Amino acid sequence: MTFERVCVVGAGTIGSLCAAHIAQVAEVSVLVRREEHARALNENGLRVSGKSELVSELFATQDPGELPESDLVIVATKATQLEKAVAPLSGRFDDAVFMTIQNGIGAEEVVARHGEWPIVSSVTFMSGTRQSDDHIEYELDTATWMGPYHPTGTPQRVVEKVGDTFVQAGLKVEVLEDLRPAQWSKLIFNCVVNGVAAVTDLPHVRLFALRDSEEDLGHFVWDVMTEGKAVAEAKGIELFEDPWEMNVEAVSHGQTDYDEYAHVPSMLADIRSHQPTEVDFILGSLVREAGRAGVDVPLALSLYRLVKAREVAALAGGDGG
Amino acid sequence: MRVGVVGCGAVGSLFAAHLGQLDDVETWVYDVDGRHVEAINSNGLRLTGVGEVHSRPMATTDPAELPALDFGIVATKGMHTESAIRATAHAFADGAVCSVQNGIGNEEVIAEHVERVIRGTTFPAGHLVAPGVCQWDTAGKTWIGPFEPKPAPMEAVESLAGVLTRAGMETEAMEDARGAQWTKLIFNAASNALCSLTGLPHGRAASNEDVRWVMDQVIEEGKAVAAELGIEMEKDPAVLLEESIEVAMDHKPSMLQDVEAHRRTEIDQLNGGIARFGEQTGVPTPLNQAAWALVRGLEASWQLEGE
Repeated sequence: MTFERVCVVGAGTIGSLCAAHIAQVAEVSVLVRREEHARALNENGLRVSGKSELVSELFATQDPGELPESDLVIVATKATQLEKAVAPLSGRFDDAVFMTIQNGIGAEEVVARHGEWPIVSSVTFMSGTRQSDDHIEYELDTATWMGPYHPTGTPQRVVEKVGDTFVQAGLKVEVLEDLRPAQWSKLIFNCVVNGVAAVTDLPHVRLFALRDSEEDLGHFVWDVMTEGKAVAEAKGIELFEDPWEMNVEAVSHGQTDYDEYAHVPSMLADIRSHQPTEVDFILGSLVREAGRAGVDVPLALSLYRLVKAREVAALAGGDGG
Repeated sequence: MRVGVVGCGAVGSLFAAHLGQLDDVETWVYDVDGRHVEAINSNGLRLTGVGEVHSRPMATTDPAELPALDFGIVATKGMHTESAIRATAHAFADGAVCSVQNGIGNEEVIAEHVERVIRGTTFPAGHLVAPGVCQWDTAGKTWIGPFEPKPAPMEAVESLAGVLTRAGMETEAMEDARGAQWTKLIFNAASNALCSLTGLPHGRAASNEDVRWVMDQVIEEGKAVAAELGIEMEKDPAVLLEESIEVAMDHKPSMLQDVEAHRRTEIDQLNGGIARFGEQTGVPTPLNQAAWALVRGLEASWQLEGE
């Protein structure tokens, strides 16, 4: 069983990849912020190149009131725009299932404040580059992992139906009964890698895993990850993967210190382009969860506050003045 | 009296320009920057900003040109202390050498090359704007005292303090100058590291709630290490920080200037120094350790190709 009417809220890279693929097997509507973005999609369709080659017809609008009834709503905005995007949907889509696909954790809670919809949690490992409003280059066709958001009592068969829809559309999926182990592994990894990158201007390179001298950066990465793991443990979550191993593995692809693998994490990319980061949803959510669980995370909290301040300077134009 | 300033960056320039005004003091400057040295010899050394000072010390890039000196004032960056004092030590065979550098650990290095060492801490700050010209950003006091393992006699310390004060750089001679040094060390560890990591100037960083929270912990850790070492603070660095916000709202601490210019920083002498002494005394310093690692990471980011 698959969903026949799907609405995608937010057409950045991930939202566009979902919308273009699913439009091959269902009716898809897309909510965007800019009128010219909607016009481009309505006139030209949405093109994907790279791992998939397709052009999909879909209905795009910047007016939430124009969105047609849907059975599945995929919320794919950046975490920073989530609240603003979901609020106008309150009272709509009575029978729909909502799916969140943001970085970090806590997106489900934001959506749940605006309606009684069953929510499916997900983390995605797909990636791509936005070439234009109506063209996405699909780079990594890795899976999207999904599971029920337990507080809304989402049945497993609903998650499976979402998974089937993705698979029919040609996307890779892992359907889990509990997403939290994977979500938390990725959260802890993302918190530290993004946070350290944002304050040091350092892409994710070998130094992140180096622990020779006492001032080596790897010690700090290890220590913050250890705090994150303590929070997961206090919440009774058994991590799917060890974030430190993820870190070591990610930076091990290069043969030399710096030149091979130097991924620029999204928060560093945001800082460099003077944009607000998702720090409140990544490090911020870890800090909030630590508070709820009664676990002290002084280093994570410091890193969170440093990124917040780094963001102030970056938004002011890079010189803080 | 003959005094030599070793390392004539911003702080060295403040000392050299003031001393150069005194008729009874022969002031020498040693620096590796040929353009700066040439400008000083052609046009003199000029300070603008807090005060206007113009004087004509003798400057050289060649240590062999230095005559026998009564006092040395070392004002290089911490990572250059060793090479600078090794090159100039012969001029201080009968003299005493005072560090006015940031952080801790510099006197130890100087003492490997000269016999009489003075521990010093200075608050005035500025930045070079052109060869021979230094913008003087903040006024302040200097504290000096014998460096315990290889001390200069107290009379020498008092003599240097007297001449500096007379030149317009208010200086206090103390039996134990560690309190002043650790006060500034801890203040600098909080300000320099956090301004560098956030990109915010001093006052804006210290008045930002998030940065201040981290600064306060860096300070608390530093005070705990100092207390374990039996050092009595000259002043509470936390109070100093609070008082400095308005006067240094847009001042970029030297480390932030270094970071913006992609120059190696003094983090090893600041947060690194607190972390090392913390390790020795068994006092935990996780935030200083973190700042040390993060600033070293920041330095490493400049080595990336295409960055």
